[in-house]
Amino acid sequence: MFRKLPDPTSGGTVTVTVAGRAVAMAAGDTAAAAVLAAGLSHCRTTPASGAPRAPYCMMGVCFECLMVIDGVPSRQGCQTPVREGMRIDPQHGGRELLP
Amino acid sequence: MSGRYDLIIVGGGPAGLAAAVQAADLGLRTLLIDEQPEPGGQVYRAVERAGRDGLAARLGPDYGRGAVLAAAFRACGADYEPGAQVWQAEPGWTVHLTRDGRSRAVQGAQLLLASGAQERPVPIPGWTLPGVMTVGAAQLLLKASRMLPEEPVWIAGSGPLPLLYASQLVAMGGRLAGYLDTTPRGRWRAALRHLPGALANAAYLRKGLALRWALLRAGVPVWRVEAVEACGAGRLESVRFRTRRGVREAPARVLLLHEGVVPNAHAGMALGCAQVWDEAQQAFRPQLDAWGAGSVTGLWVAGDGAGIAGARAAEIGGRLAALGAAHALGRIDAAARDALAAPLWRERGRHVRVRPFLDALFRPRRSVLVPPDDVIACRCEEVTVGRIREAVALGAVGPNQVKAYTRCGMGPCQGRQCAATLVQVIADATGGTPAAVGYPRIRPPLKPITLGELATLAEEEAA
Amino acid sequence: MASADVLVLGGGTVGAAIGYGLARLGASVALLDGADTDARAARANFGLVWSQGKGLGAPCYQRWTLDSLERWPAFAAELAERTGIDPHYRRCGGLTFCLGEAELEARRAQLDRLRVQGGLPEADTRLLDRTELQALFGRVPLGERVTGAGFCALDGHVDPLRLLKALHAGILRNGGAVHAATPAERIAFDGRRFAVLTPRGRFEAPRLVIAAGNGAGPLARQVGLEVPIRPERGQILVTERLRPLLPMPASGLRQSEEGTVLIGASKEDAGMDAGTTLAHAAPMAARAVAIVPALREARLVRNWAGLRVLTPDGLPVYAESPRWPGAMLATCHSGVTLAAAHAHDLAEALAAGRLPDRFAPFHHRRFHVPQAA
Repeated sequence: MFRKLPDPTSGGTVTVTVAGRAVAMAAGDTAAAAVLAAGLSHCRTTPASGAPRAPYCMMGVCFECLMVIDGVPSRQGCQTPVREGMRIDPQHGGRELLP
Repeated sequence: MSGRYDLIIVGGGPAGLAAAVQAADLGLRTLLIDEQPEPGGQVYRAVERAGRDGLAARLGPDYGRGAVLAAAFRACGADYEPGAQVWQAEPGWTVHLTRDGRSRAVQGAQLLLASGAQERPVPIPGWTLPGVMTVGAAQLLLKASRMLPEEPVWIAGSGPLPLLYASQLVAMGGRLAGYLDTTPRGRWRAALRHLPGALANAAYLRKGLALRWALLRAGVPVWRVEAVEACGAGRLESVRFRTRRGVREAPARVLLLHEGVVPNAHAGMALGCAQVWDEAQQAFRPQLDAWGAGSVTGLWVAGDGAGIAGARAAEIGGRLAALGAAHALGRIDAAARDALAAPLWRERGRHVRVRPFLDALFRPRRSVLVPPDDVIACRCEEVTVGRIREAVALGAVGPNQVKAYTRCGMGPCQGRQCAATLVQVIADATGGTPAAVGYPRIRPPLKPITLGELATLAEEEAA
Repeated sequence: MASADVLVLGGGTVGAAIGYGLARLGASVALLDGADTDARAARANFGLVWSQGKGLGAPCYQRWTLDSLERWPAFAAELAERTGIDPHYRRCGGLTFCLGEAELEARRAQLDRLRVQGGLPEADTRLLDRTELQALFGRVPLGERVTGAGFCALDGHVDPLRLLKALHAGILRNGGAVHAATPAERIAFDGRRFAVLTPRGRFEAPRLVIAAGNGAGPLARQVGLEVPIRPERGQILVTERLRPLLPMPASGLRQSEEGTVLIGASKEDAGMDAGTTLAHAAPMAARAVAIVPALREARLVRNWAGLRVLTPDGLPVYAESPRWPGAMLATCHSGVTLAAAHAHDLAEALAAGRLPDRFAPFHHRRFHVPQAA
């Protein structure tokens, strides 16, 4: 949904996986940005009706970017800076607490 | 970082940074907590990094001010907790923050909320489709991550920010399929009543005109529209809009919306700060004295969170609040405080005098404030405007009762995206005003911490 | 000036249930509801439809509670059918968790006494040991300190907000009126009709029910009733929506139809202050994760508080005015559990014109409070 411009001054590539696919981001990018760069059509489906949703405000006030990060669901992607090897996955419906 | 602070500041934008510098200058033990990993807030997001590759120049001269502020903050000696979210503050003050799933508490005598603004929600048909975002979101992605939206990109909005972003997008090599100006016809006439005030700060107006020119020169089609809809199955596929000539539809990958900014007043509300309805800005803002003191003792609010006035006015507000807090702590007498404040009042006056003109010019169209029945008002719980009206018809004429009947505002965002619409629709349905309707009750936590984190507070106490 | 058969003052769960009950019997009901920001215990409720632990030493109250539970399934079904609003009532049994041996023994003793007092079969209400309890919870591990739980097959839960909405809609459906933001201020009686003055005008009826919760005092006084009630604060936590986790509701821990988990509730003396405090919220969270450790990772979305309406012994008060026939007061802190009884037995009694003997134990003379002349 968004494409990254080359950034020669960034501190180096940070590689994360989004829905199993490797995506090259930079230090300072957020998990929500990674989802947009990966071209995912949605980052979650709503618990109420299963409607697909994607990031909306990118500043932490809409809670649309709730996603599974490193196996932990319901994390606000736009408030989570990427780390090398971070696993980012969409969240489907209400949260499952059991393994 | 232990012991009790004199002043705890929440928010690392211009108001918070300027307040920290001022407070440290007066000898106050100061802590600034911010959820971002770097200073700058939203308006100066990633400003410390931007200078390195010249992006700052292309983002415009105003943006560079943030680097000056950030540097002054880094040098001032205040303590800094980046990447931490405040989830509760209890009077005294004990402020609870969470980072990486772990919570801790800090103590401070005075608490300053400098949480800035958020974009007004823009409930149009289809606004919850993936691919529909705010202009501010796109601008943050540009500043912090050097990302541009994939084409076709459309902007639909009103006000200075969408114009600014459109010009930044084009300057960075992006392409805009169309710019839909949603400013209602006739706003110029209403705004002209405030023209003397506007002319007092002509720089604002010159900037806006220059931005429109840049768009036209870049060949971006601009339409004046009365209505906008996002269409698609499961994701945004097209944008439909109505001009005076009729309805048009065009393919769209990304649609960026903007209808102005409103104070991010959520934290203050949760802490019991009384609010007033600002008719010009069509938003609630905290009830404050001239220094920024709220209705709760020891609580201050500064910056756009106190009322929309822009980044430069936010700095001044932050400094005034720091002076007010220092005086409340007995660290500066009234005469010295007033002497330091005098030039600040004058400067703020210049920035504030243009607001009525801008507020009148960019007042959103009615259908954004009171949308049609089938539009989703509450994104989290998927409650439509129609359901709100049904609840009112059952006799729920207040925001808390409507919330109880519909679940509007009960999701993770706790009303940040829907309470504004809730209040406007109730006012419309009852023939009342937003001021009379009031705001639903906001409760902690300010951020959704885990039960485990909360439990730890008791478990540690018991141990 | 508006006229009805009965004026009900207070649109919470008690007033709305009584109003609904009267309206379905054909009475013309006008419900006068206060301001949106009034205390409103109805909006802070936990949602249990519950008999466990209630009425020890007060068999009349235990009976009243069990009668209400018996009526609940038909009551909920009728509400759903008449109004299109399903209150999501589920009678799936209910639990009272015990942590440690002392709690288990105390619960066993209380359960046994209540069972004997009420003449209840063992199948309906008994103590479950940890093994039985874990079997009920299946894949959901119980915390290591959980020793067992009280169990009652008759207990269950409901969405208290949907219930309130359905009751209001039921009043309207049955030809009644709901007047919002219309707090009663003054009550007068001319010997035949009551006149209630409000900021929105004057309402008249030959009968009056005061069901104004913590706001009832000044109104009750005007009809010669001096009823000792006091507010007791209870805080509740609610999580994000979760996949189904809890097989049945428990006292202090239940999962709503939407999937949110509610945790409650404290008991505090805070006057009319409905604020929240970490001092109570944190231990509540700690107890919940001690019972179901998987809840540790669930995100807390809101911490709210409400003000229960308590009488000195915690039992309801139903009392007729000694001064003006046709006025009465109804108050309790279990408005949800008793909603079915209020909508049927109590409403029928009111429609007939007087409270029969079964309500005598609930009169506030039991507190020996001198009544205003």
